[in-house]
Amino acid sequence: MVKLLGKKIGMTQIYDESGRMIPVTVILAGPCKVMQIKTAETDGYSAVQLGYDDVKASRVKKPQEGHAKKSETTPKRFVRELRLADGSEADCQVGDDVTVSALADVKYVDVVGTSKGKGYAGVMKRHGFGGFPASHGCERKHRAAGSISSVASDAGSGGNLKKGKRMAGRMGGDRVTTRNHQLVSIDTEKNLIIVKGAVAGASGGYVEVCNSRTKR
Amino acid sequence: MKTELMDSVESKSLKSKVPYFEVGDVVDVKCRITEGVKTRIQTFSGTVIARSGRGMNETFTVRRVAGDEGVERVFPLNSPNVVDVIPLRSGKTRRAKLYYLRKRTGKGIRLAQRHSSHTIAR
Repeated sequence: MVKLLGKKIGMTQIYDESGRMIPVTVILAGPCKVMQIKTAETDGYSAVQLGYDDVKASRVKKPQEGHAKKSETTPKRFVRELRLADGSEADCQVGDDVTVSALADVKYVDVVGTSKGKGYAGVMKRHGFGGFPASHGCERKHRAAGSISSVASDAGSGGNLKKGKRMAGRMGGDRVTTRNHQLVSIDTEKNLIIVKGAVAGASGGYVEVCNSRTKR
Repeated sequence: MKTELMDSVESKSLKSKVPYFEVGDVVDVKCRITEGVKTRIQTFSGTVIARSGRGMNETFTVRRVAGDEGVERVFPLNSPNVVDVIPLRSGKTRRAKLYYLRKRTGKGIRLAQRHSSHTIAR
């Protein structure tokens, strides 16, 4: 498993060898610092903690500053873990740099981002409900959710709203994983990862890139 | 920072030398066509009626009248499949988009010829 932290730069298009235009997302990733190595003995599970994007020591709380000092680096704004399989050992040391060259042999990646906030959204936008007709006598409920419950909907106790019923509410700003992006190319000099397709979140947002779980 | 990085990615796909032509030109567009395993060069000739977009997104529209039917094709300027654009004749234009040509038929679609240094018929 390889994981890298980075920033979404934006989308563009490039041509592949056969002259076909492919949509790509450009990610500025790494170098990430290995800040801590968690082991089963000390932490109960094994993982590698990575940090990305320097932040001034005066801007963070003392414990974070102290934590960064252990790996002899500055505090990081974006810290995430790469969980390792139980019993496996990390192949890196605290204080190591992880760069995009770690993805050299990887063909497909999963990318985690934070989707753009949409605010308070109705059920049509948030859950893809069908809504109601524009005409044919439909009055003032074109985008309404419809019935949310009935007496028969919860046999026995009668007429209760089911837990998890999809309704209007805050949409976006969620952690979204997009899987199996083709890794188009990497630029070790500029620390760029170029993946095919769209990645969740706004340009400038933090993303995690790891090799695909399902596709090799 | 952001544009620099984007440019570095796009620059690999941009053509180093883009053929020069203007809106109103009659051009021959040489495009590479792949049929199964064979590739060949096909020519599409007509009048350039629009150029739009910038950088990677720049496209141009070529219109020709084949038989009685107007045909328009939009080509990405930087596509490797657009091998060459050869300007044959320059037309006199007073606007950047010649969409008014779509409504015209017969002799009306001709533009007054302008002598320009970049076209073959100088």
